[in-house]
Amino acid sequence: MSYPYYRLPTFSRNAFIVWYRNILVWKKLIGPALVLHFGEPLIYLLGMGFGLGAFIGEINDMSYLTFLAAGLVASSAMMTASLEGTYSVFTRMVPQKTYSALLATPIEIDDIMAGELLWCATKALFSGIAILIVATLLGAVQSWSVLWVIPLIFISALCFTGPAIVIATMSRNYDFFNYYFTLAVTPMFVLCGVFYPVSSLPDFMQVIVYLLPLTHAIDLIRPLVAGTELHNPLLHVGVLVLYALAFYYAAVVLVRKRMIV
Amino acid sequence: MTNRPVVKAVGLSKSFGDKQVVRGIDFEVEKGKCFGFLGPNGAGKTTTLTMIEGVSPMSAGELEVFAYSLPAQGKLARARMGIVPQMDNLDPDFSVIENLRVYSRFFGLSGNKIENRIQELLEFMQLSERQNERPDNLSGGMKRRLTIARALVNDPDLIILDEPTTGLDPQVRHVIWAKLRELMQAGKTLLMTTHYMDEAERLCDELFIMDDGVILDRGSPAHIIESHVEQAVIEVRGNISSAQQTITNLAHTRCETHGDTLFIYSNNIDEVASCLKDDINLSLFQRKCNLEDVFLRLTGRDLRE
Repeated sequence: MSYPYYRLPTFSRNAFIVWYRNILVWKKLIGPALVLHFGEPLIYLLGMGFGLGAFIGEINDMSYLTFLAAGLVASSAMMTASLEGTYSVFTRMVPQKTYSALLATPIEIDDIMAGELLWCATKALFSGIAILIVATLLGAVQSWSVLWVIPLIFISALCFTGPAIVIATMSRNYDFFNYYFTLAVTPMFVLCGVFYPVSSLPDFMQVIVYLLPLTHAIDLIRPLVAGTELHNPLLHVGVLVLYALAFYYAAVVLVRKRMIV
Repeated sequence: MTNRPVVKAVGLSKSFGDKQVVRGIDFEVEKGKCFGFLGPNGAGKTTTLTMIEGVSPMSAGELEVFAYSLPAQGKLARARMGIVPQMDNLDPDFSVIENLRVYSRFFGLSGNKIENRIQELLEFMQLSERQNERPDNLSGGMKRRLTIARALVNDPDLIILDEPTTGLDPQVRHVIWAKLRELMQAGKTLLMTTHYMDEAERLCDELFIMDDGVILDRGSPAHIIESHVEQAVIEVRGNISSAQQTITNLAHTRCETHGDTLFIYSNNIDEVASCLKDDINLSLFQRKCNLEDVFLRLTGRDLRE
């Protein structure tokens, strides 16, 4: 008799119980969370948006402040989901044994994973909305179409949570995450168009960065913040959803293999 | 329905790769009693428990808990179980009372009704005064009591405890034993593992002595002691070879040497004692045989890792 490690993930209401548990912990740590969510984008936008923006002027018919703010919204979805999906998920899965405690109740491993996925995306949403608020206060948001950005932050975060949890399941300790952040997250942050248009990269690099999800998230979010025309939205959403589904499935299988022995 | 066993295992086996940890064991756990798996480290006790919890799938055999088939219906079975793990896994970010509230939610329980129950449990486990502390500020014994209280939020019919008092001081152990006996009086079924003989003898109605993945014997502690060892034993230290010479002609004695100690088992221990009492080179300690003697006899005295 062997456990069906590869069956498709299930979803039940119990996922929200797991999600809510994480919300309760987050509320306990709200002080540092708010400083991070509001403080960091404020410094980036003030320093680089105004400082660097003074030399750059406009890019793609928008001020550099707007250009950068939109990029930071997308990259913060990536950063927040990646940090939560690696460090925090690992903490709950291994040293803190939260998953073991949950598995001793009617909550099942698929519920835990669905709850974690929702929570990582929710936390990314908090962080993204904080940036949008700061950006709006600084006058960087140009259109009401920005409201569409909110669900897109969530979808983008779903797409970055899966790979992060995959890394967490393969990890023996926290140092292991350096591989992922140095080899995947930081390159996306620098290369996928947060700070400059991808079109200024050499052709072969453009091919590579368009395989990465952050580029697609930025291509969706930036025009909506700036109120400019959105190109190929279905293609970009499709890439994000595909990444989200594939890596979520991999994450669930790997967590099952790690927890159910 | 009422006579149906709470747990029924047939040919239950578990392998990790090539290593067979539980080798086709059969057992039943009846309602309202305390059952104990007694065995050395690595005997397969904890693995057996995790299968009963429906957390770990068995490699072969059949397992029913409350007539639910495991692991497929584990979720339904766990709704009526309270599980106390070997290592405390309390939530460090929540206070004592919040730990109980959050854990209740995992069973779908929230609101006023559960608040009353949580207060009762805090009182039962003598944690009311510490309810707003974080687990990190609690002593080992309090953490253990909180973990047990947490396992009771869903008013379980079956309580599973993996080494409930390992690493705790004697006072705390007695408090926990008293609480567990109260639960038994309330009609709960208890299933525990332990490698403490005193714990097994004090609490368990029925024991399964396990070693190397098999059940070596089962029965009440008194029955097991009676069927495997003599009534009493004298532990002899000092010049044990001369002691062995002295008693060599006595009938119905059995000797075992372990380390620097000679164990002389007999059903007529006074006779043995009178033979040895004049030898000033010996230090003698006479006592009734207990589970430890059975345990050592059945599982050998080799050091286990």
